[in-house]
Amino acid sequence: MDLVKFVEEQNIVKSTLPSFKAGDTVSVYYKIREGAKERIQLYQGVVIQRNSTGAHETFTVRKVSNGIGVERIFPVNSPNIDKVEVNSHGKVRRAKLFYLRELTGKAARIKSKRV
Amino acid sequence: MIINQTFLSLPSRKGEECLERSPTASMDSYKLIKKMSGIIGKKVGMTSIFDETGKNIPCTVIEAGPCVVTQVKSVETDGYAAVQLAYDEKKEKNTSGPLKGHFAKAGTTPKKKLVEFTTFQDQKSLGDTVTVELFAAGDFVDVVGTSKGKGFQGVVKRHGFGGVGMATHGQHNRLRAPGSLGASSWPSRVFKGMRMAGQTGNSRVKVQNLEVLKVYNEQNLLVVKGSIPGAKGSFVIIDK
Repeated sequence: MDLVKFVEEQNIVKSTLPSFKAGDTVSVYYKIREGAKERIQLYQGVVIQRNSTGAHETFTVRKVSNGIGVERIFPVNSPNIDKVEVNSHGKVRRAKLFYLRELTGKAARIKSKRV
Repeated sequence: MIINQTFLSLPSRKGEECLERSPTASMDSYKLIKKMSGIIGKKVGMTSIFDETGKNIPCTVIEAGPCVVTQVKSVETDGYAAVQLAYDEKKEKNTSGPLKGHFAKAGTTPKKKLVEFTTFQDQKSLGDTVTVELFAAGDFVDVVGTSKGKGFQGVVKRHGFGGVGMATHGQHNRLRAPGSLGASSWPSRVFKGMRMAGQTGNSRVKVQNLEVLKVYNEQNLLVVKGSIPGAKGSFVIIDK
């Protein structure tokens, strides 16, 4: 297993994202390549989970776009993540917020925490 | 213990020409055969790395070599040309007498795994070592291993059958059954090769054209794209 870790350490650059957890509202600036051109796309939503650890850690961001729920999974160490802004810290009581999928409108709000 | 790697009819891949080879033919008639070289290794495990475009690529880490040439077979003495490689340390007390002599001849310590390569690219002599320096990132390799054994399995798992019919409407105990084996009075027998239940896995499997992503000479590591057969720690043969 150590040799697998060695390969991961050699190839995966640890990202320097700010600390955030489930319930926080974040803006992810994601690099998109179109041929030779590169642009940055903004994706804003609520973090509903952080999954796995180490080199393969991911986080899921949920937002409601035109009335349709959209969830996007980002690898934490992805080189395509330009930066992540934490807009607000949410006050939640669990680590995985899957219950948000069943809620819409006012019920799907998350109280923000004063830091 | 000793596996004879036969490339009797090589698959013609990437448009290269291949010839059937007979064991008695002289070396000159081999010209059209793709010269290959290989190494023995051990599967370490899987992970994923990001490529330069930011894509997450699944890959397998293989610890390969250094292998020692323990025998060079030639057409004159053995009837066919081959290079025998040995890999992985083994205790002297667990080695049989004849094998001890075999390793002593090559001037090396006892090894666990011996494999013959019949089409080796470079001329090798007894006691030479083969390392992962053979490979470079961007190469395409074939990996041979022994798949994980699944035991005696039914046709649903073994051949991907759908099972028979529904669970309701009077059906009973037929859910994962193979169904009919064939017609009746003609042919009055079951055709050869009919897919049935049996031992699944634990067989020699070759995966072709895996891209080499990284080579670490110091650690004797190879990183190939995708998965390879076998459990972690099992021996694999990597052909270039």
